Amino acid sequence: MKTKTTQQLEQQLKRHSKAAKLEIWGRTVSLTALLLIVAVVVAIIGFVASKGIATFTSNHVNLWDFLTGKSWNPNITDANGKPEVGALPMIVGSFLITILSAIVATPFAIGTAVFMNEISPNKGAKILQPVTELLVGIPSVVYGFIGLSVVVPTTRAIFGGSGFGILSGTCVLFVMILPTVTSMSADALKSVPRYYREASLALGATQWQTIYKVVLRAATPGLMTAVVFGMARAFGEALAVQMVIGNAALMPNSLVSPSSTLTSVLTTGIGNTVMGSLQNNALWSLALVLLLMSLVFNLIIRLIGRKGRLQ
Amino acid sequence: MFINNDVTKATTMQERHVVQPHEAGHPIILSTEDLHVFYGKKEALFEGDLQFGSNQITALIGPSGSGKSTYLRSLNRMNDRIATVTGKIMYRGVDINQPGIDVYEMRRRVGMVFQRPNPFAKSIYDNIAFALRLRGTTDKYALDEVVETSLKQAALWDQVKDDLNKSALALSGGQAQRLCIARAIAVKPDILLLDEPASALDPVSTSQLEDTLLDLKQHYTIIIVTHNMQQAARISEYTAFFNQGRVLEYDTTSQIFTNPQVQVTSDYVSGNFG
Repeated sequence: MKTKTTQQLEQQLKRHSKAAKLEIWGRTVSLTALLLIVAVVVAIIGFVASKGIATFTSNHVNLWDFLTGKSWNPNITDANGKPEVGALPMIVGSFLITILSAIVATPFAIGTAVFMNEISPNKGAKILQPVTELLVGIPSVVYGFIGLSVVVPTTRAIFGGSGFGILSGTCVLFVMILPTVTSMSADALKSVPRYYREASLALGATQWQTIYKVVLRAATPGLMTAVVFGMARAFGEALAVQMVIGNAALMPNSLVSPSSTLTSVLTTGIGNTVMGSLQNNALWSLALVLLLMSLVFNLIIRLIGRKGRLQ
Repeated sequence: MFINNDVTKATTMQERHVVQPHEAGHPIILSTEDLHVFYGKKEALFEGDLQFGSNQITALIGPSGSGKSTYLRSLNRMNDRIATVTGKIMYRGVDINQPGIDVYEMRRRVGMVFQRPNPFAKSIYDNIAFALRLRGTTDKYALDEVVETSLKQAALWDQVKDDLNKSALALSGGQAQRLCIARAIAVKPDILLLDEPASALDPVSTSQLEDTLLDLKQHYTIIIVTHNMQQAARISEYTAFFNQGRVLEYDTTSQIFTNPQVQVTSDYVSGNFG
């Protein structure tokens, strides 16, 4: 049998206090926010996928033809009566420009990160950090405009032709992804514990040997993540690339011939097509390819991150 | 913490008592003269005048923040980029605290092991071969031999001889710390500096580590910072007591622990503060 005091105590303990109510309220709010974001992401993927698949379901384009066809001209049909929607030139253009800009940017980014972190942390924090952050903040149309008025004429003067093409695009993207890769590389170097450096120095290694043999090795997963992140950004960049690449949906036969990427074709074409038409659906298919590639990049970043943690 | 002057007088305790080692067969290999260390404007070590006999173990003890680690780290110039170190560090007659000294070459002769076991994320073999490879040794047989002798000297060989290619990060704390010792002695240094090497280890590993250090004494001069006074008493010939950035007492270990001449030392070793 419960005494009066235990009953009182039980009552007190069971009563929902103000703090407990707030707790529930807070959880509800953050859960709602999370669910909303998930819903938006799922809706975007679902929408792009449904539109993108329409090319193959309602317009009966062969998926293989779409991915390997070299001719992109959705307005006309070829000799067999099939629409010309070969996306290979854009896929090649996107990958080429992404990989090239990553190759060019990586050594600069890692070099800058090493300087900021290992060689001169003071100057790094005072000068390079703000510069890097500033570069991230510049709108892509500004990059594109500078590319159009500086890079394209320079390419034209050196290599001839129009100056539009993958080379110009690479130059612009190099500057655009550099800050991202740099700051992420710097974070990767920062996460290498100090005692690694001390151990190496105490063994008589020079600072450069320490950087090269210990710090960079230990930071490799992080550095790779930084590069893939930069590539993801380059792959998805539309406006700046569109302004300098020439926008000819042709297989690039040289780095200075006008070509196009998935994003540049999308931005130039999407406003000029009618919803539901083949032309429009074909563009959605390109968007689907783009989306899937972003997911692949994300997956790679995850995998590298997981592998890095296991070490 | 503060000593009452009257008490000091009453017990006729000295304020400072330094007896430098002078034993036959153990010539002075390393000494410091008028060593001061500044972190920015803050002085962390006011003067460290100590001499170290070769093939002996010297323990540096004292409460936290007493400057003993700062002193130790200055000996192989690990404080170079962190602090300003003035004064002389005489190593076999050469001042190694002067500009123009190749610190990388110097650190090959004055090795260091840290408080926290810090093996590289490489195999056991590569950890030990690291410093030799840096100096251009590529001969497989030479490397094999050094890896084996170093691991044997550090008393780790029997436990890892079949796992040399496994990651060093899989070792236990005590094993990892012995690996770090093996890595440090792979370049055959003269002097081995140890900064609280056992503070992260369990008692069994600590005792094994102490045995290892006693063995290593035949080949190396060992200077060890420790928080563990029993450890200092067990393994060292000489002990220096640091307090508030000064060396207050330096003498044979037995003197320091049985007959300290300075009140603060006496308080510290008897556990009254610290």
